Amino acid sequence: MISLILATAIRYLLPLLLLLSVYILLRGHNAPGGGFIGGLVASSAFALFALAHGVDLSKRVLRIAPRNLITAGLFTAGSSGCVPLFFNLPFMTGLWFETHINVIGKLGTPFFFDLGVFLVVLGVTLMIIFSLMEE
Amino acid sequence: MNLVLLFPILIPFATAVACLLAWKQRHVQRVLSITGAVLLQASGFLLLVSVWQSGIRAVQMGNWPAPFGITLVSDLFSAIMIVMAGLTGVTVLVYSLADMDTGRESFGYHPLMHILLMGVCGAFITGDVFNLYVWFEVMLIASFVLLGLGGEKAQLEGTVKYVTLNLMSSALFLAAVGIMYGAVGTLNMADLARHMGTVKQPGLVTTLATLFLLAFGIKAAIFPLFFWLPASYPTPPAPIAAIFAGLLTKVGIYALIRVFTLLFVQDLEYTHALLLVLAGLTMISGILGALVQNELRRILSFVLVSHIGFMIMGLGIFTHLAITASVFYIVHDVIVKTGLFLVGGVVRAERGTYEMSSLGGLYSSNPWLSALFLLPALSVGGIPPLSGFWGKLVLVKAGMETGQYLIVATALIVALLSLLVMMKMWADAFWRDSPGSAAGGSVVSANPVSFESRLVLFCPIGVLGLLTLAAGIFAEPVLTVCSRAADQLLNTEEYIRAVLGGIP
Repeated sequence: MISLILATAIRYLLPLLLLLSVYILLRGHNAPGGGFIGGLVASSAFALFALAHGVDLSKRVLRIAPRNLITAGLFTAGSSGCVPLFFNLPFMTGLWFETHINVIGKLGTPFFFDLGVFLVVLGVTLMIIFSLMEE
Repeated sequence: MNLVLLFPILIPFATAVACLLAWKQRHVQRVLSITGAVLLQASGFLLLVSVWQSGIRAVQMGNWPAPFGITLVSDLFSAIMIVMAGLTGVTVLVYSLADMDTGRESFGYHPLMHILLMGVCGAFITGDVFNLYVWFEVMLIASFVLLGLGGEKAQLEGTVKYVTLNLMSSALFLAAVGIMYGAVGTLNMADLARHMGTVKQPGLVTTLATLFLLAFGIKAAIFPLFFWLPASYPTPPAPIAAIFAGLLTKVGIYALIRVFTLLFVQDLEYTHALLLVLAGLTMISGILGALVQNELRRILSFVLVSHIGFMIMGLGIFTHLAITASVFYIVHDVIVKTGLFLVGGVVRAERGTYEMSSLGGLYSSNPWLSALFLLPALSVGGIPPLSGFWGKLVLVKAGMETGQYLIVATALIVALLSLLVMMKMWADAFWRDSPGSAAGGSVVSANPVSFESRLVLFCPIGVLGLLTLAAGIFAEPVLTVCSRAADQLLNTEEYIRAVLGGIP
């Protein structure tokens, strides 16, 4: 049972939702948002796509297997915490680049931690949703 | 730098990530997994030496000052526990090289084991109550999956009980943390220890103590909250059961000892007397359960429950000697229970069953296995010179000194009954003739285990057996370390100073 409305709408919604998720991820430094909620929004985009077009196509659009997303996320988050160790600071101390980047603002290790959380949440949620839909 | 405090968390984490990267290559995962466990063990020793030499170590995560950020702190007790976690990790993972089916291995057995170890080490090393909750969850979620991994019917039944009870315990724990924050206004354990005495309503502190006792009591499987343990631990494959039995219940004990030496020491007549009563009841009900069971791993599970009582007993008596004995007993119990559950796995690999009624004749067919069983079994029964004897001796001595004769008598009777249970197992499974052979000749096992894999299976058990022997023969140095750990547990000023530094 494929809904025509959802199938048509999701073509436009998918990029929009992904863009929104990245926006939420980026504003997470000082405002409500962040990696967790951004990851949920991104995974909801793919979940909707899977509802409309099936799991197989959704997996192909995602390109990366959810498990690899989890691995990449854990790796990013973990190593972002390790960076301060090289500067003789405790684990997970926030380090920031001085230069200001347009749109993103200041970049630092907490951002990479958030990015890792984003990837883990995306991976875990999609892994659960895909395996439930395949049952 | 205080990197040495981070290794016990970072090493299992990195290992788990590396194992995930090598998801499809089973052999790479095995190599990574063993390497990670050995490194964890090494980092445990490093931490122990460091704490032994320079006192309690603390590091502020993210460079946030103490009562506000999360502190990692390790005293000797934590360091000892991390060494034990590393030991269990190494032995169980080596053992599972020969006794873990391909299906489970390719569905994330190795990464999950390391996530579990990370959770356990995190719980041992954190200095923040809420962070302790988080590490408990990390550990529990990994253990839920490990317990259910493979999806056999009995396993799922056990997992449902395990998950339900542990979720209840987590809810109680979280509620207690919330009330505590409301009452005291901080969650840093050292800061809590300073302010706990100033709470206006003493009833509230006692309520909190009871809530924590309930929450950790479920996890540590003390009376009357232990019934999930014999229902779930005998269901997963031997290595998983062994790490659960050896390590996970000890995390509950660790948390109990931590909060009842650091935080809840205002109302000793109520809290520690209650602990003592519970310890006695845990010992008795556990060992009586073990007496009537007929399945090898269920017997071991009940014995496990019973001996948790001994560790709580030391905490309940609450003198320096008693806490020393508790710490020593934990070390002893981790070694022997891991060993016994692994022996159970070998019996199963040789005979294909855990039922005592169809076992027998193992002594004539596997004399080495019998020797490996006998060491931890006698240690559980408290036969000198094995470590179990010294643990019980010091506990009894501590009890006598404070005049707690009832609990001492209970402990002695339970020790005797433990010996009876272990000897019954020895007689039924190893000594008597196999029920299948009327002539009494040795039975050829259904699926003979090859020499190489037998070597891999026996090595970790042998190491554990030798360790219980060594901890018994060299009891003096081990007890010295435990006594220093007890010093640090009872004199909380050093802990508070290490965490909060110069803050008045």
